[in-house]
Amino acid sequence: MKRKLPLAICFITGVSMIVQFFIPHPTSLEFSSMIYKWIIVLMALALILAIGNLIRHHGNKIRRKKENWQYSIVTLSGMVVMATIGLAWGIDPDSLYQRIYLNVMAPLGGTMFALLAYYMASAAYRSFRARSLEATLLLLSAFIVMIGFMPFGQYLHPRFPAFAEWIMKVPNMASQRGILLGVAFGSIATALKIILGIERSWLGGKE
Amino acid sequence: MLILLITLASHLAIPLSPCLLITVPQTISTPQTSPDLPVSQSSELPVSRQYAPPSKVTAIDKPNDAGSVIQLRWTLSPDDASIEGYTILRKASEDTAYTKIGSTISGVTTFEDEDVQDSVQYKYIVAAIGNGEMYRSEPSALVTSYPQLFHTGRINVLLCIVAFTLTLAYLVIKARTGKDLFIRKIAGLAAVDEAVGRATEMGKPILYVPGLGDIDWTATIASMNILGEVAKKIALYDSALIVPNRWSVTYTVSKEVVKEAFISEGSPEKFKEEYVRYVTESQFGFAAAITGIMMREKPATNFFIGRFWAESLIMAETGAQTGAFQIAGTDSVLQLPFFVTACDYTLIGEELYAASAYLSREPLLLGSLKAQDYGKLVVLLILFGFTVISFLGINLLPLLGVQ
Repeated sequence: MKRKLPLAICFITGVSMIVQFFIPHPTSLEFSSMIYKWIIVLMALALILAIGNLIRHHGNKIRRKKENWQYSIVTLSGMVVMATIGLAWGIDPDSLYQRIYLNVMAPLGGTMFALLAYYMASAAYRSFRARSLEATLLLLSAFIVMIGFMPFGQYLHPRFPAFAEWIMKVPNMASQRGILLGVAFGSIATALKIILGIERSWLGGKE
Repeated sequence: MLILLITLASHLAIPLSPCLLITVPQTISTPQTSPDLPVSQSSELPVSRQYAPPSKVTAIDKPNDAGSVIQLRWTLSPDDASIEGYTILRKASEDTAYTKIGSTISGVTTFEDEDVQDSVQYKYIVAAIGNGEMYRSEPSALVTSYPQLFHTGRINVLLCIVAFTLTLAYLVIKARTGKDLFIRKIAGLAAVDEAVGRATEMGKPILYVPGLGDIDWTATIASMNILGEVAKKIALYDSALIVPNRWSVTYTVSKEVVKEAFISEGSPEKFKEEYVRYVTESQFGFAAAITGIMMREKPATNFFIGRFWAESLIMAETGAQTGAFQIAGTDSVLQLPFFVTACDYTLIGEELYAASAYLSREPLLLGSLKAQDYGKLVVLLILFGFTVISFLGINLLPLLGVQ
C-alpha cells in the first residue's frame, strides 16, 4: 500500500494534467489552476520542513562544536534577523528588509558571479592544453572563434570573421540541436516512465 | 456675397456625404465622451473629404480557447493610407444600437473582442475614421462565442505522444519477455562504482548536487532517479553522503529518495538526517555554500546532476581544485562545455535521462531507452527527408498551408 498509493496518485495526476493540456474549456483551466494552488500549499509545507532541517543541521554543529561551527552562528543569525525584520516591519520597497537585501545580499551575489571570470581563466587553461585530439580541436576552434569575433580578426585574415561565424552556425548549432533532440525525447520518456510507474527509483526502486 | 458663397458651399457639402457617413452622437450609445472617439465636425468644415469604409467584415469565435473571445477580420478601406484608424462597433442581439468596443490604427485588419458573453449573438461593424467622421462597413454576420472541448491545434502533439507511448509500451512488454536489449557503455555511469568506492577508501563523503532547478524541471526528476541508484551504492559501500538542496520541495523529495534507497538495500539504520540538507534559494548563495562544503569537508567525489545555470563552472572548478573525482550531467547545452572542461566524466543531454536505466539494469527501463532511440530515428529521418526536399528546391510551405 505504501508503494501503490504514491504510484496511483502519480498516475492519476499525471494523466489528468496531460488530458488538461488538450482541453481549453474553462473547467479544465480551473482544474489546472486548482492543482497549481495545491502545489503552492505543498511548497509552503515543504519550506517548513526545509527550514527545520537548516536549523537542526546548524544547531547540531554549534552544540557539538564541530569544525567551523562559527559559520553556523552566522547562518542562523542571518536567518533569524532577516525573518524578524521582515515580519516586524514588512518587506515594502523602502523597508529595512529590502535595504539589507539590496545592500548586502545583492552585492554578495554579484561578487560570486564576478568570480566566474577567474574560474573561466583557470578552466580555459586546463582545457586548452592540447593533450588529446578532442582538446586540440577545442583549442583550435576556440582560437578561431575568439579571433574571428574580435575587431582585429579581419586584419589577420579577411576570412576569419566569416569562418568563426560558420563554426558557430554550422558545427556548433548542429551539435546543440542534436543534444536538444535527445533531451526532448529523454524528457518525454522520463515523464511517461514515472506516470506509468515504470520508473520507481524515486520510491527506492522496484518492489 | 462671399458669405453667401461660403454658406452655399457648406450646404452643398452635406448632401455629398454618403449614406454610410454617420455622425457619432446619433449612432454610438457609449462612450460618447471618449477622447479618442471622433465627434462630427462636418458643420464646421467647409469641404470634408470622404473615405470609403472597410469591407468584408467577418467575425468568428476564436478557435481553441476557453470562450468569451470573438475574432474580427476585415479588408482595409481603399483610403487606408489617409484615414486615422478604425473603430470597432458591436451590437448584441438584444441591443438596439451599436456600441464602440475598441479601435485600431490604420493598416490593421484584425481585432479580438475579449469582452463577450458566451452563447450570446453579436454583430460587428468596423468604421474608418477620417475628418472626425465614421465611415461604417456593412455589419458582419451574427456570431456566438463558446468554449472548446478539444484544442485542434495540438493534434500533432497528441499523435506524437500516442505513437511514442505505444512504442514505449511495446518495447517494455518485449523487455518483460526477457529479450536482452543492448545498451552502449556510458563512461560517466560506468565510473559511478569507482567514484563511490574511491570515497569509501578515502573515508571521505560523496557530494551529490541535484542541480539548481526545482522539482518541475525534468532534469531534476532524472537527477532524483540517479540519486536513488547512487544512494543504494553508498548504502552498500557504507560511505557518507551530502545532498545539498536549493529548493524546499527538492529537499523533501531527495530526502525520501535517499531514505528509500537505504531501506531497499536493507540498511535503514545507516541513513542519517544530515545527509540531505536544505541550503538556500539564492542562486549564488547556493553556489557559495557548495564551494564552502567542498573546501571544508573535502568530498572525495562530486556529482553535479540536474539543471544548472551560470554557477556550474564555479562549483565544478572548485571541485577540480580540491582534487575530487567529478561526474556531471545536465541537459543545459550552455553549461555542458564547463562541465566537460572541469569534470572527469560528463553525461551529455539524453545520457542524463538514460542513467537510471543504465545503473539499475532493469529490463523495463532499458526497453524505454529503445523507445527513445526509435523516436530519434523517426525525427532524424523526417529531418533528412525535408533536407533532401529543400536541396531539390521544392517549396512545401504552400502545400502545408504555411504563410
